[in-house]
Amino acid sequence: MVQFILNNQEVQPKLAVGTTILDFIRYHKHLKGTKIGCREGDCGACTVLVGELIEGDLRYQSMTSCLMPLENAHGKHIVSVEGINQNTLSPIQQAIVEEGGTQCGFCTIGFVMSLTGFAMNSETANSENAIAAIDGNICRCTGYKSLERAAARISEMKKGKPEAADFNWLVQEGFLPAYFKDIKARLEAFSAKDKITIGTKKIVGGGTDLYVQRPEEMAKTELHSFLNDAGLRTINEQNGHVYIGAAATAEDIRSNPLMQKIFPNLREHMKLVSSTPIRNMATIGGNFVNASPIGDMTIFFLALDATLLLTKDDNSRIVKLRHFYKAYKQLDLEADEHVEQLYFKTPPANALFNFEKVCKRTHLDIASVNSACLIFTKGDIITGAHLSAGGLAATPKYLAQTALFLAGKQINAEVLFAASQLIQTEVSPISDARGSAEYKRLLLRQLFYAHFLKLFPGKVSLASLTQAKNS
Amino acid sequence: MIKNITKGKVDTSRNIDSHNHVTGRSIYVDDLPELQGTLYLAVFGSPVAHGHLRSVDLSAAEKLPGVFRIFTAKDIPGANQIGGIIPDEPLLADKEVHFHEMPIALVAAESEAIAMEAAKLITAEIDPLPVIIDPREAFAKGHISGSPRTFQLGDSNKAFAECAHIFEGKADSGGQEHLYIETQGAYAIPMENGSLRIASSTQGPTAVQRTIAGVLGIPMHKIEVDVTRLGGGFGGKEDQASAWGAMVALVAHLTNKPAKFVLHRMDDMRMTGKRNPYSSDYKIGLDKDYKIIAYEATFYQNSGAAADLSPAILERTLFHLNNSYYIPNVLATAYSCRTNLPPNTAFRGFGGPQGMFVIESAIHQAANTLGIDPIVIQEANLLKDGDVFPYGQIAKEAEAISCWEESKERFDLKKIREEVANFNANNEALKKGLALMPICFGISFTNTMMNNARALVHVYSDGSIGVSTGAVEMGQGVNTKMLQVAAHYFAVAPERIKIESTNTTRVANTSPTAASSTADLNGKALAHACTQILDRLKEVAASSLDTSADKITLKNETVYVDDIASDLQWEQLILSAFQQRVNLSAKGHYSTPTIHFDKTTEKGHPFAYHVYGTAIFVSTVDCIRGTYTFDAVKIVHDFGASMNRMIDLGQTEGGLVQGIGWMTMEEVIYDETGRLRSDALSTYKIPDIYAVPKEIDVHFLKTDGSDMALFKSKAVGEPPLLYGVGAYFSVINAVRAFNPNWMPEFYDAPITPEKVLMGLYAI
Ligand SMILES: Cc1cc2nc3c(=O)[nH]c(=O)nc-3n(C[C@H](O)[C@H](O)[C@H](O)COP(=O)(O)OP(=O)(O)OC[C@H]3O[C@@H](n4cnc5c(N)ncnc54)[C@H](O)[C@@H]3O)c2cc1C
Ligand code: FES
Ligand code: FES
Repeated sequence: MVQFILNNQEVQPKLAVGTTILDFIRYHKHLKGTKIGCREGDCGACTVLVGELIEGDLRYQSMTSCLMPLENAHGKHIVSVEGINQNTLSPIQQAIVEEGGTQCGFCTIGFVMSLTGFAMNSETANSENAIAAIDGNICRCTGYKSLERAAARISEMKKGKPEAADFNWLVQEGFLPAYFKDIKARLEAFSAKDKITIGTKKIVGGGTDLYVQRPEEMAKTELHSFLNDAGLRTINEQNGHVYIGAAATAEDIRSNPLMQKIFPNLREHMKLVSSTPIRNMATIGGNFVNASPIGDMTIFFLALDATLLLTKDDNSRIVKLRHFYKAYKQLDLEADEHVEQLYFKTPPANALFNFEKVCKRTHLDIASVNSACLIFTKGDIITGAHLSAGGLAATPKYLAQTALFLAGKQINAEVLFAASQLIQTEVSPISDARGSAEYKRLLLRQLFYAHFLKLFPGKVSLASLTQAKNS
Repeated sequence: MIKNITKGKVDTSRNIDSHNHVTGRSIYVDDLPELQGTLYLAVFGSPVAHGHLRSVDLSAAEKLPGVFRIFTAKDIPGANQIGGIIPDEPLLADKEVHFHEMPIALVAAESEAIAMEAAKLITAEIDPLPVIIDPREAFAKGHISGSPRTFQLGDSNKAFAECAHIFEGKADSGGQEHLYIETQGAYAIPMENGSLRIASSTQGPTAVQRTIAGVLGIPMHKIEVDVTRLGGGFGGKEDQASAWGAMVALVAHLTNKPAKFVLHRMDDMRMTGKRNPYSSDYKIGLDKDYKIIAYEATFYQNSGAAADLSPAILERTLFHLNNSYYIPNVLATAYSCRTNLPPNTAFRGFGGPQGMFVIESAIHQAANTLGIDPIVIQEANLLKDGDVFPYGQIAKEAEAISCWEESKERFDLKKIREEVANFNANNEALKKGLALMPICFGISFTNTMMNNARALVHVYSDGSIGVSTGAVEMGQGVNTKMLQVAAHYFAVAPERIKIESTNTTRVANTSPTAASSTADLNGKALAHACTQILDRLKEVAASSLDTSADKITLKNETVYVDDIASDLQWEQLILSAFQQRVNLSAKGHYSTPTIHFDKTTEKGHPFAYHVYGTAIFVSTVDCIRGTYTFDAVKIVHDFGASMNRMIDLGQTEGGLVQGIGWMTMEEVIYDETGRLRSDALSTYKIPDIYAVPKEIDVHFLKTDGSDMALFKSKAVGEPPLLYGVGAYFSVINAVRAFNPNWMPEFYDAPITPEKVLMGLYAI
């Protein structure tokens, strides 16, 4: 039986566990503050906060309730706007009112919840981070400038916050009602009572693909939540390899110190992947198994030549990520087998990594083309390379021939131009809503160049590459 | 000027609804408490874009447990017709289908999930007919709605002979999905005597009422339409809310049960029309001083499968064909071309932006071919007082030049220009583009008949006040402005005043909340109502204070005699008036004076006044990846004497960003079978917080404002969207800084990252 705390109330919904939190709070609990704009995770009007005990700490994240099954709420604290309303406006609500950050009001509670999440989390207090917290919230009325001004005010207020999980301060400053101080104890008592049961049910990670693709069916499906399984969300390094649990979310990866150390531009790369609330839900296992040809995390880890650990009952086997994809949405994965873990060799000091993605809208959009690379060098010479690209074939592509071609070559415009021609033979893009085939080929060339312009700025220039085209 | 507002708990300088918005307490259609026995609706839409409807098979759907009843065209008791201007749009397809997802059958079931599941079990036998999605193809085949319209001034033919430079070209602008975050919806409740009460998310309560009455074949007085607020409209709920209102009304009428329909996002996107795409040809002629001497244009408007509001939109394209410029010789013809897309409709700007895009394209082409900056041509041709518009109105209080000059000075255009040039000289992978966009927008419904409004005011015996008007609150802050009007006249604390829902039984025969004129029309009607009550109150006060009414004023809830405060307070005054059997209610009416327009000559004085402004755009293009950002948009805008700066600024920022979206990333894509490909938020992208200009600087031009505007505070809803056109040209200019050999084959908005990258590397 799923049980959790909704605002200030323990609940045990007698509904199918695949019912979304959105439907539960709006149509069963009649809490109408949470709005519906898309039911696809793309507007943020349905944003709620989800509080979870992680290694003894109570941590809150924003999530889109339209994609979140009841199952994933088990043992957690779900907060809708009604759960933060008090007799007077919170400083966040007040800032939005004073800056004129609401017009029709339909998007507004999404912004309120996301910014409340920002006030509660441990992200550094600055405008940039406050704005990042609302990167999943779409507003059609305001043009966002007033919301930016409100966000800036909130980041100023947050500077006064003593430490990360200080609920006393948040309550005292009026961000949260007093009952938040007891939630930790209530959750502790609560999760001890009822452990998650495992059966032969449909695996759900964050539900961010499942609930977009099959919402009606999901509402009736028995689910087994991987997201709830802390053991599947670990990230650690052993014997020169990095191991990541299949249910680690994009946010788990983004905020992980080990990953940040290995990938100095990780936060910048992850900013290009979906939005804050989606990253808080989206697991890497879901990204791999969904098998979208433009899956960002798939493209990211393909360039690390990562390996998957697949498990069925007590048996496990391994398969290279680049061999996992057989044809469009066809995987080397048996029906009752699941992805348990991913691992890759920790890149050595002479290896440089980059990730590129271009879409119609730079953020919160699916790539027209994305690409990642890991380049090993010695002096001017490329000693080895891994290269991947998405949006150009029926599956995410590991570009084996181009990677092979680059090995042993010097980094210069002629070599890169030759490689950019070879790379075209490895892909077969089609024209669709994300661009014409011709555009995608040009974009692939440009992103391939972008890797080198970014990683080796002294060695090649855009002018030299553009001229190489004509020579 | 607005003054005389008493300080109270409610701050009228801010949107008075914002407190409820931030706490989630504002009520939209889907938030209304539901009555027991409510039926939920879903539509079965046509699987093809054009064809003869042979038969519909409902049998499987009808068997699904929980399905109450399924309705088709033959169940409609009145006229199967929802067309607002031309009766060419059935509510439910009968013999033919004209666009993909055109409603054919209506399922009513115990739950929304069952209704949707049942709709999927319905099938139809349809003999397909050829599908047309392109307006020029429709024109070639003679599929035109209404008659073509032609605006003429001077003699362009003769003038071209005298021009030093002549350029011809083509400019296309794409559709735009409204993407109000609250989808369309309505909820109908049967009342006694065959009446219905309908809550609707509509900009046009009267349109919904009239449509329902027609569809049900009953008088309008049996239909009460009530609107509390909208989660955005932008024109998309001006005419196109009526279908859903009619559907819930039909079901409630035929079953005597409450019926509710709130569209899912994808259905909303697939079934409703968008901003009309246009394809246009132009010819522009300049003299040696770059004065535009002659301009000709042909506009092919894509109306979609029914006229909807397209004929009126077409007209406004012509009204704005010259944007902010004086052109002495003009010949322009516009055709509304019928295609197999969902009927396109009103969208902020209402055809105006589409017309302005064409003249700006013509100027851009002329300048770039002549090797000069488009700014030179723009500046040489700005409208001034006394200039005649192509439709015969004479420009009065024209602020085109003052906005332009103020923006150049205030924002130091010279310096911006140098910075852009320096940046471009010193960077190879990033290039900046500069563009200016002057605007001019006429305020009034171009259909003169619609320029009227009414208000109903009750002062209750305890001194509290209820205000009803025909204005619909959809985020534009009209509730706040109405409250300011009433608070100004009655001189009471704002919290004494309640702005009621917009309801057809309280205020009848209303024009939709549209054309930026709602605050002007309803505000002036409200002023009329308030002054009637105020005059009566002054008599009461005069007799109790033993003076004459002309000596009485109200300030801070107190009666003043000859500017000296008396002991008589508001509540006491109202109580005395009530006891003396004075009428404490009044109905106000306003119809815009002086405006007229003759469609046979296409001349007249259609607009109460014009709104002007100038925007400076600076964009940066990433020449490796073909992506772009906007560094800044700096605007000088003519607000008149703004009655609410926060609301007016919000309208400007929001309208600008919507215009930028239209010109950049918002791409409505139909495939050749007429199926919408960009049918979700994942495939249709509107600006997010990172896509907006890093800096938006709006300066309020100091002007006297127009007496025709409410408190001389000019209409602000639509004009700022027009600035968006500047975004297109600033990106084009940045691309050309990288690849000077490239010019677009023709002007084709939106300028997506795809078009940018192809332009950067075009040979
Ligand atoms: C608004 C929005 C924006 C998005 N933007 C992006 C983006 O920018 N880039 C991008 O790449 N993706 C994006 N996505 C897609 C999605 O978020 C990712 O693919 C995500 O990683 C999916 O993970 P999940 O845990 O939510 O998957 P779920 O939906 O839970 O599961 C997906 C599938 O994988 C299966 N599955 C999950 N975990 C396992 C496992 N461990 N073993 C076996 N099977 C498993 C499930 O049964 C299901 O079939 C976006 C989605 C949304 C809604
Ligand atoms: S409803 Fe749009 S994100 Fe959930
Ligand atoms: S205020 Fe209307 S969508 Fe944001």
